[in-house]
Amino acid sequence: MTTLALTGSPLWYASRASGTLALILLTAVVALGIASGGRAAPHRVGRFEIGLLHRNLSLLTLVFLAVHGVTAVLDPFARLGWAVTVVPFGASYRPLWLGLGTAALDLLLAVIVTSALRRRLGVRRWKAVHWLAYAAWPLALFHGVGTGTDTRLPLQLWLYAGCLGTVVAAVWWRSAEAGPGRIAGRLLTAVAATAVPVVLGAFLAAGPLQPGWAQRAAATTILLGGGR
Amino acid sequence: MTRTRSLRVDRVACTGQGLCAELLPELIDLDEWGYPVLKGRAVPGELRAHARRAVAACPRLALHADRDRP
Repeated sequence: MTTLALTGSPLWYASRASGTLALILLTAVVALGIASGGRAAPHRVGRFEIGLLHRNLSLLTLVFLAVHGVTAVLDPFARLGWAVTVVPFGASYRPLWLGLGTAALDLLLAVIVTSALRRRLGVRRWKAVHWLAYAAWPLALFHGVGTGTDTRLPLQLWLYAGCLGTVVAAVWWRSAEAGPGRIAGRLLTAVAATAVPVVLGAFLAAGPLQPGWAQRAAATTILLGGGR
Repeated sequence: MTRTRSLRVDRVACTGQGLCAELLPELIDLDEWGYPVLKGRAVPGELRAHARRAVAACPRLALHADRDRP
C-alpha cells in the first residue's frame, strides 16, 4: 500500500499549484502584451497570433486564479472567508501578503472587464485601465513570494527568477524599441525594471528565506484599517 | 436573412499596425507605410467570420464592419 505524505488538505495543494500556474501564465500574458504593444514582428508567428495568445492566455489565467481563490477559501486551515477574494488586506491569515494577491486580482478583473467592453469604452479609456496590468504583475509576484508555502524551495525560487527575468527583459526590449525621445517615460521604466528585482531580492533575503518568516508574515498588517 | 456588412477604416485612429491585413488579406492590402487599403468594402458571407476577427484584433479599434442599411 502506498501512502502519499500529504500534510494538509488537497485543497491547499490545489491552491498552491493553481497560484503558481497563474503567476506563470500572467507572466506570459504580460510578456505577450508588451510584445504586441512594441510591434514585435517575429518571422514564424503572425502579429495577430501574439494578440490572440495574449487574450486567450489571460482568460486561462483568470480560470486558474478562480481555482486558486476558491480552493484557498475552502481550505479549512486558513479559514479565510469569501471576502478576501475581493477585499484586499482584510484577511485574518497573513493580511498584507495575501492582500497583495487580492489587490492584483481586483486590478486584473478591471483590466479584463474593460477589455471585454473596449468597443464601448473607446481606445483611450480602455488603454488607461489596461496599464493597471503593469501594477498587478508585481503585486502578484510579491504575493507569491510573501505568502507562498513553497517560496523556500529552490525550484520555486528559480521559477520566480524566470518570471522576473521574462518581464524585465520584455520591458527593456520595449523600452529600446520605443526609440529616441520619451526620455521621462523610458527613465521611469528603467528605474522600475531595475527596482523590482532589487527589492524582490532584498525582500527574499530579509523575509521569506529567514527562519521564522511564518510568524512574522502572520503579524504583518498594514495600518490602514487592515488586519483587525 | 442576415444583413450584409461593409468595412470601414477610421483613418484618424489607425496607426498602421497591420493586424487586419494579416487576418483578412482577401479584403485588405497594406500600403507602403503599412496602412490598410480596402480592396472592397462589402464583406462576402464566407468572409464574415474572418472580418469579425480582423475587427476584434485591431489594437486601435480603427477597423469597423458596419451593418448595411436594408
